[in-house]
Amino acid sequence: MDTSPDKTREQKRGFFSRIALREGRGEAILLPVLSVFTALVVGAFIIPFSDPEVLAAKGFAEILKASWTAVRDAYSAMFTGAFGDPKLIGAAIRTWQATGETKDLLDAFRPASESLTIATPYIFAGLGVALGFRGGLFNIGAEGQLFAAGLATAFVGYSITGLPAFIHLPLAMLAGAAAGALWAGIPGFLKARTGAHEVINTIMMNYIAFRLTEYLLSGPMQRPDGLPITPEVRPTSYLPLLFEEPMRIHWGFIIALVLAFAVYWFLWKTPLGFEIRMVGANPNASRYAGIRITVITVLTMVLSGALAGMAGVGQILGVDHKLVRAFSSGYGFDAISLALLGNSHPFGVVLASLLFGFLRGGAARMQSVAGTPVELIRIIQGLVIVFVAAPEIIRTIYRINRGRKQKSAS
Amino acid sequence: MPPVLELRGITKAFPGVLANDHIDLTLNEGEVLALLGENGAGKTTLMNILYGLYMPDHGEIYVRGSKVDIHSPQDAIRHGIGMVHQHFMLVPVFSVAENVMLGSESTRNGVVLDRESVAKRIEEISARFHLNVEPHVKIEDLSVGVQQRVEIVKVLYREAEILILDEPTAVLTPQEVEEFFKIVRSLVKQGKSVIFITHKLKEVMALADRVVVLRNGRVTGITTPTEATESSLANLMVGRQVLLTLKRRPAALGQSTLTVEDLFVKDDRHFMAVKGVSFDVRAGEILGIAGVQGNGQRELIEALTGLRKVDSGRITIAGRDTTHATPREIREAGSAHIPEDRQKDGLVLSFPVSENMVLNTYYEPPFTKGVSLHYEEIERAAQERVEAFDVRTPGIEVPVSNLSGGNQQKVIVARELSRPIQLLIASQPTRGLDVGSIEYIHGQILKKRDEGCAVLLVSSELDEIMSLADRIAVMYAGRILDILPADRARREELGLLMAGIREPQSAASKGTGT
Repeated sequence: MDTSPDKTREQKRGFFSRIALREGRGEAILLPVLSVFTALVVGAFIIPFSDPEVLAAKGFAEILKASWTAVRDAYSAMFTGAFGDPKLIGAAIRTWQATGETKDLLDAFRPASESLTIATPYIFAGLGVALGFRGGLFNIGAEGQLFAAGLATAFVGYSITGLPAFIHLPLAMLAGAAAGALWAGIPGFLKARTGAHEVINTIMMNYIAFRLTEYLLSGPMQRPDGLPITPEVRPTSYLPLLFEEPMRIHWGFIIALVLAFAVYWFLWKTPLGFEIRMVGANPNASRYAGIRITVITVLTMVLSGALAGMAGVGQILGVDHKLVRAFSSGYGFDAISLALLGNSHPFGVVLASLLFGFLRGGAARMQSVAGTPVELIRIIQGLVIVFVAAPEIIRTIYRINRGRKQKSAS
Repeated sequence: MPPVLELRGITKAFPGVLANDHIDLTLNEGEVLALLGENGAGKTTLMNILYGLYMPDHGEIYVRGSKVDIHSPQDAIRHGIGMVHQHFMLVPVFSVAENVMLGSESTRNGVVLDRESVAKRIEEISARFHLNVEPHVKIEDLSVGVQQRVEIVKVLYREAEILILDEPTAVLTPQEVEEFFKIVRSLVKQGKSVIFITHKLKEVMALADRVVVLRNGRVTGITTPTEATESSLANLMVGRQVLLTLKRRPAALGQSTLTVEDLFVKDDRHFMAVKGVSFDVRAGEILGIAGVQGNGQRELIEALTGLRKVDSGRITIAGRDTTHATPREIREAGSAHIPEDRQKDGLVLSFPVSENMVLNTYYEPPFTKGVSLHYEEIERAAQERVEAFDVRTPGIEVPVSNLSGGNQQKVIVARELSRPIQLLIASQPTRGLDVGSIEYIHGQILKKRDEGCAVLLVSSELDEIMSLADRIAVMYAGRILDILPADRARREELGLLMAGIREPQSAASKGTGT
């Protein structure tokens, strides 16, 4: 055996190298990056078809030129929409240094803030689904859990008055997380007790959540003026903004990052997390090792639901301050893709969520400035998922050798 | 006359491994050639090259003297080469005839499947080679032994002259092995040629005309069973002296550690699988449970280790009643369990070696400190155990799925034996392992016994039971027919008991006594 223990120990020192070792194989990072790149390239071939100038162009050279312009305009608009215009940012920083005036600065960074605001519910819900995946459970019900959490949070947020913020805000957040946990815990319990498949039951719980929301918004939780919207939550339950208006990014983003780390720590550093991963990887061996699988199944779903629920909490308390039927644009469903994209690893989920946030953030500007339909972003998102789900495509395109398997001699 | 098959200088490298290194091999018409080697010696790679599943980096293949290129199994079949894989390639819900025709369906008028003519040919083949296969039965209703014969029919149906059998006996019971030997003999008698891949020495001695031994991708010996002995073959295979018979001290018996009284256990289909079993195992002895698989051994072990509900009866481990205890309580009572199916129950394949080393003790100090796992301690312990139990792995951080079967089993043995235990329950501890690993694991089990541990050993390999156990219990149809002291147990008597036939004179010694 030529692996000296010292060397092994040394390699495992660094935090990131350790993650890389554990999750292994640089491929886990390389493949998603190439997937995104390839999706953007494919997107570039689609953009011209929606561009009026390309469609009006005569002759090959002209079409090519117009296409190039269209793609360049669309992607540069997407970039400035996602991150902000570098020129404006530079100018704003100079103004701020000279005068101390922050208004330009806030404006310049606003696109980035928007993207991160969009990424926030993605991170929460993605973490929830990823935790479920690690435990071997397919929580397809993140969207329903998000609605359940939104309802509970909104209710605590508007109905309770007279509490100081440091009690009201945590209370509203807890109520939401608990509602999400309950919504996922029911299918978890059914799975543990009766073996009923969680995929079916989480989907069913989605429908219940949607219809319940419609019912509550048309009656018990309706705003006095009769619109199907809940009353506004009290300012004491607001998640504070990180900066001033018009930057919408709020503390939910920070909480999401902290939770991502907490989920990582929980899954890989605690005995309970070890049990969840073990049950997910091999239930038979877990039973043999003395783990009570039913307990772990319910717990995994409860935690998964609580995290997914936090997506709803963040939207209500940090952004909308009220609940409308359309308050989620499918975050819970996209979360499934995100967990896949992030290899069910909390840090991977964060990166995937940031990607989706920036894509979505850039989409609006791409449409308004370059006239490219927002749907293109949906196509790009879809392509990214396809490439990640079918890595053979990427391996073939870029001639990446399959991850080698070493066999030690017996 | 040129040989039926000749391989010259076959070389195949995989990243990091030279699986086949200039292998030369000839197969004569009508002979059984045994290809002997440990797991990972390159036997299966070589045969996959021959069957067109891999392309060799160098080397040539000649069939009846003419050079051939084999790019796919279709090419191989065209040259008369057929392969029976270790893991059967059958569709369980299809009939025998449907499975046989799969991939070379014959049709009437080009549209309608012609099951009848296929069935007729299967009957012909079956009669000619004494295979006893009926064409219209569904695969899922057949025993493993018959399924294997269906695989052979499949190959013969495609008119193979050269049959490659990859570890054909690994899945068979002793009786089925005998049956299988007869079939192979009838195949070669009628002019077929057979390459028989194995790592079992006894089978080579019994069946082969010639033996080619591989080690680390090279041919280390070509011999015949008359020239060779089991130990000379083992030496060629492993590359060092191997102890085939174990040196053992007389048992130093202590108190009864495991007591089972009138135990009843149901199987998954709620049929009674263990019917009133009683025995005890004392400290310092090995009680072997012999029996053909499927006679209640699995259910018995699962009941003893807390994985299956006990219907009635009583189990006591080290003075504690563990009849209805959980697996964790039973382990904490001082017992260790080497499960029958290491990949399904014993390991989490995607986890690193280090985590598998603490798979059932992770929650105890020093592996858990406060609320978090103490990875430095886990890794330290894992490293120690890897060294102490000679687990060959590139490192403790690699997934255990990357290890060979023998080393995976060593991980389990290391985990189970490196804590203080009073009882070891080992179920098929060496199934599918190579000679070197078997020798090692047997040694470890004996060492535990000599240290005063009680050992319950379940194995369907009679040789294993006979060489390890101090007393032998034979299980048949959910009952223990008899318990015999190992030094007085005769092979024939045990064989009869395993088939459920009890000789009248030994009936008196039934029960729990030594």
